[in-house]
Amino acid sequence: MSIWEYANPVKFIRTTDKVLPYISVGAAVALVGGLIWGFFFTPDDFRQGSTVKIIYIHVPAALMAINAWFMMLVASLIWLIRRHHVSALAAKAAAPVGVTMTLIALFTGALWGQPMWGTWWAWDPRLTSFLILFLFYLGYMALWAAIEDSDAAADLTSVLCIVGSVFAVLSRYAVNFWNQGLHQGASLSLDKETNVDDVFYQPLLLSIAGFVLLFLALVLLRTRTEIRARRIKALLARERIFD
Amino acid sequence: MIAILIRDLRLAVRAGGGFGLGLAFFLIVTVLVPFGVGPNSEILKTIAPGILWVGSLLACLLSLDRIFALDYEDGSLDLLATAPVPLEGVVIMKALAHWVTTGLPLVLAAPILGILLNLESSAYVWMLASLAVGTPALSVIGAFGAALTVGLKRGGLLLSLLVLPLYVPTLIFGAEAVKRGADGADAGLPMMMLAGITLACAALLPFAAAAAIRINLR
Amino acid sequence: MPDLGKYAETVLSSYAISLVLLAGLVCLSIWQGAKARRQLTQIEERRKSDG
Repeated sequence: MSIWEYANPVKFIRTTDKVLPYISVGAAVALVGGLIWGFFFTPDDFRQGSTVKIIYIHVPAALMAINAWFMMLVASLIWLIRRHHVSALAAKAAAPVGVTMTLIALFTGALWGQPMWGTWWAWDPRLTSFLILFLFYLGYMALWAAIEDSDAAADLTSVLCIVGSVFAVLSRYAVNFWNQGLHQGASLSLDKETNVDDVFYQPLLLSIAGFVLLFLALVLLRTRTEIRARRIKALLARERIFD
Repeated sequence: MIAILIRDLRLAVRAGGGFGLGLAFFLIVTVLVPFGVGPNSEILKTIAPGILWVGSLLACLLSLDRIFALDYEDGSLDLLATAPVPLEGVVIMKALAHWVTTGLPLVLAAPILGILLNLESSAYVWMLASLAVGTPALSVIGAFGAALTVGLKRGGLLLSLLVLPLYVPTLIFGAEAVKRGADGADAGLPMMMLAGITLACAALLPFAAAAAIRINLR
Repeated sequence: MPDLGKYAETVLSSYAISLVLLAGLVCLSIWQGAKARRQLTQIEERRKSDG
């Protein structure tokens, strides 16, 4: 029994059939729980007032936006090295989820920035990096959409994902160098010097868990869709040949 | 490999090769900017480094799809791929040819356009240097983008969408070097970063581009 | 409903936008999934009946 068994599409669909309901329910419970806890049962921050409640969406979405790209990178590498179709399709399935998370992080950030910094948008390193990440997602999805042959599309998008990752990291440092920011440092880190207070921390963790599960559920669901779409395409092609 | 370079240069200079098109585009963009932001020479002075860099970046973008598309259509890319020369070498030669026909004229024209934008006199050296060091990176990155989209019927727009985000670090360090030069500050650090990006791109991206071409020719 | 003070609009609109985007993504994914599944069963049955 190894993890590579799930590279078999039939096995993948059969397993996710069983797992997906649990993950979806878990995602819904954690997400709704975390957001309700955060929205209704936490105090206001003494400086930021009630806007601190945005953190329960903003931080998890931003986290998932980056991790979705990272997951796509890993899946692309697996596809290029081991040629498992499920892996390539999982990368394709994750991109729209990642782009939505990026948009949420950008929108909530802009709304939060308006009262706090007095501006919707500042060319701050973190904000700018997310905008660039958004462009990378767009390019990646556009390339998937543009190529007809599915194996070539998987190969080329994987190459783009790898090169793009290098440039995304490079852009992050370049942007840091280019402008000092308004955005505060990391809100979550293992050394708890500058972290947010416990009152905000616990619902935030629950909300993050919700976002992670939601991402997982969506990626699994969309990968199943992609597998089926691939099979439909193959069957139709076979019909055309034999008729 | 030298033969490929010479062949590409000849094809570009010949009628219909698009040589000079990028240069004309660069000129037009720089002339249009003052119409957009007004003739105030102080404002132009502050934004000149950025305009010159963005202008040359867009001019570079214009001719990218020609790097491989024509060879792909008439089948000579297949021949090049099966030739005893490594495909990575072909890529780097084609990127070099693109730079000589597009990047180099931009570098040489930039000082003249700098006058139009009232660029600070201390910045000219830095602008020439940063463009000379930075534009090869634009060509190599562009060659990678062109390799990704070579099999597509209408890849031009997609190519811009793929390549422009990849240009961000080059643009930031390049424009920063000119800006620091204009302020009289030390521009050595961004220049070194820029040179690092160019060298790393030239060393690594041909492998990715060659892989993309092989996939497209499959 | 907690008292959101003067930032009520900000907080509510960011929750609204985020939830709309998430809901849209979830619905789109489910719809696409259902469509693919339906098409696939249709094609497979047709192939079965054709022999």
